[in-house]
Amino acid sequence: MKILTANDLATGDVVWWAGDGWSRLLAQAVDTASEGDAIGKREEAARHVVSAYVVDAEMTADGPRPAHIKERIRGLGPTVRPDLTLKPEAGDLTAWVI
Amino acid sequence: MYQYDNYDQAMVDARVAEFRDQVSRRLEGKLTEEQFRPLRLMNGLYLQLHAYMLRVAVPYGTLSGRQMRMLGHIARKYDRGYGHFTTRQNIQYNWIKLSDAPDILADLASVEMHAIQTSGNCIRNISSDQYAGVAADEVADPRPWAELMRQWSSFHPEFSYLPRKFKIAVIASPEDRAAMRLHDIGLELVKRDGVIGARVFVGGGMGRTPMVAPEVNPFVTEDEIIAYVEACLRVYNRYGRRDNKYKARIKILVHELGVEEYRRQVAEEFAHMKALGLNPPREELARIAAYFADPAYEGGLPDALDRSDPDFALWVDRNVATHKQPGYAIVNISLKPIGGIPGDASADQIELMADLAERYSMDELRVTHAQNIVLPYVRKAELYALWQELHAAGLGEPNLDLVTDIIACPGLDYCSLANARSIPVAQKIAQRFAGNGKDAHIGELKLKISGCINACGHHHAGHIGILGVDRKGTENYQLLLGGSGAEDCSLGTITGPGFDENGIVDAVEKATDLYLRERAEGERFLDTYRRLGMAPFKEAIYG
Repeated sequence: MKILTANDLATGDVVWWAGDGWSRLLAQAVDTASEGDAIGKREEAARHVVSAYVVDAEMTADGPRPAHIKERIRGLGPTVRPDLTLKPEAGDLTAWVI
Repeated sequence: MYQYDNYDQAMVDARVAEFRDQVSRRLEGKLTEEQFRPLRLMNGLYLQLHAYMLRVAVPYGTLSGRQMRMLGHIARKYDRGYGHFTTRQNIQYNWIKLSDAPDILADLASVEMHAIQTSGNCIRNISSDQYAGVAADEVADPRPWAELMRQWSSFHPEFSYLPRKFKIAVIASPEDRAAMRLHDIGLELVKRDGVIGARVFVGGGMGRTPMVAPEVNPFVTEDEIIAYVEACLRVYNRYGRRDNKYKARIKILVHELGVEEYRRQVAEEFAHMKALGLNPPREELARIAAYFADPAYEGGLPDALDRSDPDFALWVDRNVATHKQPGYAIVNISLKPIGGIPGDASADQIELMADLAERYSMDELRVTHAQNIVLPYVRKAELYALWQELHAAGLGEPNLDLVTDIIACPGLDYCSLANARSIPVAQKIAQRFAGNGKDAHIGELKLKISGCINACGHHHAGHIGILGVDRKGTENYQLLLGGSGAEDCSLGTITGPGFDENGIVDAVEKATDLYLRERAEGERFLDTYRRLGMAPFKEAIYG
């Protein structure tokens, strides 16, 4: 699947295209098929986000899992600061990232 | 330390107002990202893996308590409660909101700080020796020259759009604590027949094409340093490779021209400039130097220490350096707790260090390129009280220059350019060597880790260096041996095939075990490597 990520323009937060808007949760990312680049350009032009790009991913039981480690860290947060990730209650999620 | 005059303050305040307007126009849609990007970068604001990242300049690594306290305030109010001290003596914040950036710059300006020229193809923050002004072996305090160069290079119209970024270091001791020869221009102040001048080295750097800077001029008199450096930059600005980003640094130009030809062209430009009389007046250097005059040291202070507390004695032996003034000491605060993140400090810790600087160190701190903090003016009689406060705050790790005092870039945990994570490798190595006690047996060993070929973690200059690479989407780590950023400057050599995260920790231990078996009396790891060569280390690591 192809998912779309970007940064919120004003806050810089990592966001994922959820079909009808942006979500901070990777789990809510949807398959953008071949539309990702166009959605990204449209959303950048509307000043909602910056630096949008399409990412290869696979659907798992926990939701989309990006193909590359860089986007997995981007989706979760720094592996060395579990307290700052999107799932601080889950503790060390290095295994999911690696 | 230097204090802004009205001109300095007006410049910085004007930049804050200008950037506030630019951010507002960006959010209103009057500027596209393409238009805005170079503007935010000129103010140190990057877009990183998780958020905007702000890099704040700490000129030649020197801070007052008030400034340090402001850095803690920013970490708490605008970030997520911490900051990251970098290998260029600056601080970075990882979670900045664009909408907050103008307020942060205004807060910085209120304590004579900014983020100007911490990014972009311009002359970056001038770096220097963290022991400047207090080292027993220096011929002069290098900071007045560093400050003069800061003023000369700030908004210099001719050098605002160089072929690539440009880094300058100034030292004044034979012992190089600033990796001077790994800068685009390195200046070493020396004294010849009673006259101060500079040895000038040009064309050093790390990154994908590491080079040790050759000496271009053995002695430029102090009055002509600025003009000579300007001549060096003019030749680069004219002929630097703007067609290829990867060949655009001055080291490539010096290498391609050859040092003799580069030197000749600089001499020609310098002669032209001398005729124009562009050197700053001597009075200006004297005005600046007055800010760096020795503080009012107390005489007759005791040098003796009560070493009855073994933990304190160990910390003194490891982290306290000799001061030029009897009765005083230089204190290194390690930001490398075992298992911690190299260079990170919480807002509480930053504010505590500000407080300690005011109470114990004549209101001054230094940031080191090794991502530690220095208190330069501590009475020896107060070392124990200071250590107790540091120890209680998790800032008393006695590991300066040991294998656990690791330089590490933010790596893939934070950086959008990185190929692999640096910090977890640093944590595992520190835990392994502190856990088995080998760190103390090994002694001085400078280990440096970069998460990509850009080498922000100075892996080329590590006695042991580690470079993270991407091998088909998987993190892989190459091992280098034999680098040094000190006065015996050298570049590390790759041992062979890379390792996974656990394998690289094992490889480091195998290399150090060989050293422990083979070292001669008084030899550091680096000395033994240089004596034995790569072969036995390769055999130990891969055999």
